[in-house]
Amino acid sequence: MNAVAAPAARVERWTLLSASFTAGLAALLALLAFAPLVLGDNSIDNLIQLYFLVVLAIMWNALAGYGGLVSVGQQAFIGIGAYGTVFLSVQHSLNPYLSMLLATLIGGAVAVPVAAIVLWLRGGAFAIATWVVAEIFAILVSLDSALGGGTGTSAVLAFNLRYTPEQRLRYTYWAALAAAAVLLAVLFLLLRSRLGASLQAIRDDEDAARSLGVRVLLGKGVLFVLAGAGCAAAGSVILAWQLSIIALGPDSVFGVNWSAKMIFMVLVGGLGTFEGPIIGAVILFLLQTYVSNSGVWYFVTLGSIAIAVALVIPRGIWGTLQSRYELQLLPVGYRLRRDG
Amino acid sequence: MTWVNAVVHGILLGGFYALLAAGLSLMFGVMRIINLAHGSLALVGAYMAYLLVEHAGITTYLALVPVLPGALVVGYALQRTLLDRSLRGGELVPLLTTFGLLIVIANLLQYFFSPDVHGLSAGGIGPANWRISSSLTIPWFDVLVLGIAIGVLTTLHLLLRRTQLGRELRATAADPDTAELVGVDARAVYARATAIGVAVAALAGVFYAMRASFDPFAGPTQLIYAFEAVVIGGMGSLWGTLVGGVVLGVAQTVSAQIDVQYFQLGGHLVFLAVLVVRAVGQAFELGLRLPGGAGAEA
Repeated sequence: MNAVAAPAARVERWTLLSASFTAGLAALLALLAFAPLVLGDNSIDNLIQLYFLVVLAIMWNALAGYGGLVSVGQQAFIGIGAYGTVFLSVQHSLNPYLSMLLATLIGGAVAVPVAAIVLWLRGGAFAIATWVVAEIFAILVSLDSALGGGTGTSAVLAFNLRYTPEQRLRYTYWAALAAAAVLLAVLFLLLRSRLGASLQAIRDDEDAARSLGVRVLLGKGVLFVLAGAGCAAAGSVILAWQLSIIALGPDSVFGVNWSAKMIFMVLVGGLGTFEGPIIGAVILFLLQTYVSNSGVWYFVTLGSIAIAVALVIPRGIWGTLQSRYELQLLPVGYRLRRDG
Repeated sequence: MTWVNAVVHGILLGGFYALLAAGLSLMFGVMRIINLAHGSLALVGAYMAYLLVEHAGITTYLALVPVLPGALVVGYALQRTLLDRSLRGGELVPLLTTFGLLIVIANLLQYFFSPDVHGLSAGGIGPANWRISSSLTIPWFDVLVLGIAIGVLTTLHLLLRRTQLGRELRATAADPDTAELVGVDARAVYARATAIGVAVAALAGVFYAMRASFDPFAGPTQLIYAFEAVVIGGMGSLWGTLVGGVVLGVAQTVSAQIDVQYFQLGGHLVFLAVLVVRAVGQAFELGLRLPGGAGAEA
């Protein structure tokens, strides 16, 4: 021992607060599964929207917040999820909920070759390349008359043949909740794994991480495929929720307005924090439910707030609170704590 | 002969894409940022010209006289207010703020000008053609746009190579900190680069509006075309941008010759093919250098 001993410290992951919060959140998710037995149709319908917003937010944050990948093309996978569900359930008469699950896997599978092409690019080049990919999928769909071509399509028949409207609402609610819960759990465990430590290193400084031997491309690839599957899951939920798709234009499933929503949620909540995007999703959900969910001023507001947050409080709401109060409710990092 | 016609039209269309991409390429070359609102700013130029043509009753060409200096001011102000702060925030922030700007511009244009499509008259030259044979015609307007694109690229080239501002731009692009040490005000240089970039975008936007009808959400498509031209031609090279624009234009018109619906798709696929070739090239190069492949990325 040195004469001047360094203060003894220990590395810890869980604190009493974070352990109880994580357990509480898990309990809340379990409890929410019983919501259809208690709440009215309108509330269930609203919660479905909240769940797919949460999924979109955490997936976009996984890319930008941990991989440093600003994608403005995740609507490609939302569209694949929605159209994949239509393709399987309407054209191939599969069960619509099974179709949603398969469409999610298709989204992940499609993300593999896309990742191989675009992950070489950095910054703005990556952003626009993902956008071009989304455009290509939108064009391919619009060229396929069986999928409704340029006018869009509907899955009303596939759902209504098998389920009453009440059943459909409940099952869609459970599917949406399951998607949000599973993806939250997968991301949480992924970020706590060895790969997660390297992902957080990439987030903090990509070049430094690479020089330490972190496999940057592998980490980014895993995130991109996960986000592809996650956004496809959200797309399939969006389809089951609204039943019909507009094919083209800024408000369609392949529209860039989805990217605007994702960026808003993640920036406002806190880019690169685990908890932030969930908060951002709740804020966007409240905005949509109680103020407005479409129209010119809705998007002007989203864009302006995103710009203001990026410039003035780049850590977002949660990032700011976290650094001020040293909070971490869903721990994906480590804490160094001085003994005594 | 119809194929020759398609290729000729593609080359001429490439001139337009080069004009559209020149400002994007300049800003990327100097600041290493991609302005995602580039196409939307081009569209703002088109709408400003539309306002002047509708309300002052002047021709589209005369409308350029106030629109271009106006765009210089807009670009300068944009850099001083939004982009300077964004650049200080790191690599990702300029993308987030210019994407936010793109959404804001598109929706404000829709609010002020309605979602309807508009058009601008190109004057007598608009419908004029030089008929070489029954299946090969050359539209004079497209030749004019190609000529303007070459003129703009030549001017930018001379500006960068022969003037004091050009030397400052190149020095700042190479290393802003060192440029500051030798007395260059990097922020002022950035503001001038963005001013020029936005003015060239507005010029392209006005010619776009004379070529085709436009609506408030046309900006992103123009951004994508401009970016594809920049990437195909090699990022950061002005003359490469012309080559990239021509390749993109030919890919689109030749695809449209197969089926009109393939116009956009053909261009996107050529762009993706270029990315794939570069990705394979990089993987191969890294594979040779780093047999383990760990952490391989350039």
